[in-house]
Amino acid sequence: MYLADSRTSPASPASAVPADRPGRPGRRYAAVPGTVLVLGTVSLITDVSSEMVTAVLPLYLVAGLGLSPLGFGLLDGVYNGVSALVRLLGGGLADRGAGPKAVAAAGYGLSALCKPLLLAVHTVPLIGAVLAADRTGKGLRTAPRDAMISLACQPAERGRAFGAHRAMDTAGALLGPVAAFLILRVAAGGYDAVFTVSGCVAALGVLVLLLFVPGRSGTPERASDHAARRAPRAPVRALLQRSAVRRLALCAALLGLTTVSDSFLYLTLQRRLDLSESWFPLLPLGTAASFLLLAVPVGILADRFGRRLCFLCGHLALLGAYVLLVTPLGDSSALAGVVLLLHGSFYAATDGVLAAATADAVPEAVRGSGLAVVQTGQAGARFVCSIAFGAAWTAWGDRTALGLAAVGLAVSALASAGLLRPGAPGDADGARGTVR
Amino acid sequence: MRRAHRIVVLLVAVLVLGGVALGATLHAADRAAEKDRVQAGGPEVRSGDVVLGTPGRAVFRNMAWGPHRDELTSVPEADPSGPRTASGVRCLRFHSDAGTGVCLQAVHGALRDGYRAVVLDAHLRELRRYALAGIPSRARVAPGGRVVAWTVFVSGDSYAGGSFSTRTSILDLRSGRLDRSLETYRFFLDGKEHRAADLNVWGVTFADDDHFYATVATGGRTHLVRGDRAAGTLRALHTNVECPSLSPDGTRVAYKKRVAGASSDAPWRLYVLDLRTLRETATAERRNIDDQAVWRDGHTLVYSLPGDYGSDLWTVPADGSGRPRTLMEAALAPAFTPVRRG
Repeated sequence: MYLADSRTSPASPASAVPADRPGRPGRRYAAVPGTVLVLGTVSLITDVSSEMVTAVLPLYLVAGLGLSPLGFGLLDGVYNGVSALVRLLGGGLADRGAGPKAVAAAGYGLSALCKPLLLAVHTVPLIGAVLAADRTGKGLRTAPRDAMISLACQPAERGRAFGAHRAMDTAGALLGPVAAFLILRVAAGGYDAVFTVSGCVAALGVLVLLLFVPGRSGTPERASDHAARRAPRAPVRALLQRSAVRRLALCAALLGLTTVSDSFLYLTLQRRLDLSESWFPLLPLGTAASFLLLAVPVGILADRFGRRLCFLCGHLALLGAYVLLVTPLGDSSALAGVVLLLHGSFYAATDGVLAAATADAVPEAVRGSGLAVVQTGQAGARFVCSIAFGAAWTAWGDRTALGLAAVGLAVSALASAGLLRPGAPGDADGARGTVR
Repeated sequence: MRRAHRIVVLLVAVLVLGGVALGATLHAADRAAEKDRVQAGGPEVRSGDVVLGTPGRAVFRNMAWGPHRDELTSVPEADPSGPRTASGVRCLRFHSDAGTGVCLQAVHGALRDGYRAVVLDAHLRELRRYALAGIPSRARVAPGGRVVAWTVFVSGDSYAGGSFSTRTSILDLRSGRLDRSLETYRFFLDGKEHRAADLNVWGVTFADDDHFYATVATGGRTHLVRGDRAAGTLRALHTNVECPSLSPDGTRVAYKKRVAGASSDAPWRLYVLDLRTLRETATAERRNIDDQAVWRDGHTLVYSLPGDYGSDLWTVPADGSGRPRTLMEAALAPAFTPVRRG
């Protein structure tokens, strides 16, 4: 249900990290700021760690512990709800006294502690509790981390910075299952080794954050006096009184209401195109791979032509994927490739880009809260969409459900185009243009 | 801290954490290697011919450590703890009837493991194979050996394990027809067709080539269903039934029942349901059972429980009398061929 959480990846070959591309002939790209690269490295390392666990968890539960994992799924809704609330808390804490680095470190640290704890728990309720704590850590760290990224770079290059961060994050997510698999190759049944290595990797991520991410001062945009960045008492209300924030949050939620969750999309893809069962675990990889490759180039395009436009275009890509699925034509494996490419483009054009656009609209003092509000609104809307989509699927079948989602998405995109048009009242744009 | 100092701290941490990670991996690798060495006091296992459908011999997955771990192995039913004959064919889950076997096995790939279902003839030669979308869970062959079924766990790949689900397939060996997912069958609950996105089907047990029983879960409840392949339907008969196993005479179903008051991670007890009266009988086994039991004959159930080598097979009378006894250590997924049916 989260932007970055919901694309998932059981395993894949490693890919290069297109953080920045110096030396490309004909055009000069300014490097991504060091702090962003460090935060990207932290996310990469942390995602290697968490996706290692994700990849082996079902196998561990079924083959290692002999549990039936079916009942386990019931907790998921609760986790997602808690995680969304925690994200608001993390954003608020980062703006108040603690500072984004401290809150992010606490979040990363909590998740890191959960990995060795998995060694000690052997029953579903306890494993559920550990995973809930891990998600709490994830919820805590997300908004402060995005705030730090936005504060570390010039407004004109935020799209690229977030793109670089998301690409590194995704690279980690793709590497994690490979690492887990290699350990299990060396040590058959060595789930404890996977958890231990995962814990070590997570600890390394926390350490990189603590050592190399600048603390309160030292970022270009940031004023050094602390009084200037103290958050107001009711940051959420104050934020939503700003027209630009309100519009962005509204659009994110509106579009989120018609964004079908990844699992449903893959399930529909598999059914509509009648893909072989063995393809199923590979579908998330297709999305992740195109997200990884497109995040930086699309981020640069967003900086050049406008983040809001890019955000809308991303949803048009998603709409394209829906339409292809509703009217399947031609060779199924090629079509599956196109659908996954569109799905990955959707993430590339919306995930980091939304954070960049939010950063444009939110003053520095409440950056963490602002990011959390917009992202939580979107995540909540997606959760509602999942429930509604499941009900529609049950009542009318997957094709009709997806058709309805496509119509809804088209309408939401039109409405959002009106709300986000440049020069609309309250358009605090640093977002558009800035052509170099 | 100066930059140089920070880099030194990082390097030291990399060394320490890398050492811990390496140590844990080597320790696990060593332990894994140990599983390839025969343990003193374990059952004696020798290579040999394993033929399915041999009267008086049980075939199962050997869990004992040593070179034949995870191989299909046979023992005389009269002497289940006696010397084992290992076939060289590795399976995670297995079942056979009338000389047809279904073996759900892992395929070790370069960057990830896959799974497949392999249909075997009586001499364990491969007849057909199908790639599986998830981790093997249950396998069954219909009486007569012409239809097989299997269930896998499909993971939704999200960290909290939110979308675990099952996928159950039925293969007709004569026509080659494969029903990939029984979720496409029409499900009738209380006589009315019930459609739900959260439907899960698992644990098929066959009455004959066309009819079977299975578990359907939806809305947080499990149902015993009777399935009809020709009509493509599943009809609910009873609730709170998981992993049914039909008796040889077709009158009773042994199953996992979720009992009230048991801990949520170990809620299942082994029960037997009379299909005519829908009366339930608790077996004398009081421990948590997470397996699809098999009927050794018309009166005796066999099921797995966690043991020193992963899994042991236990047996208990189906009528609620007697008490549970160990049948074989270090064994899983047995199929029996009683002499008199031969």
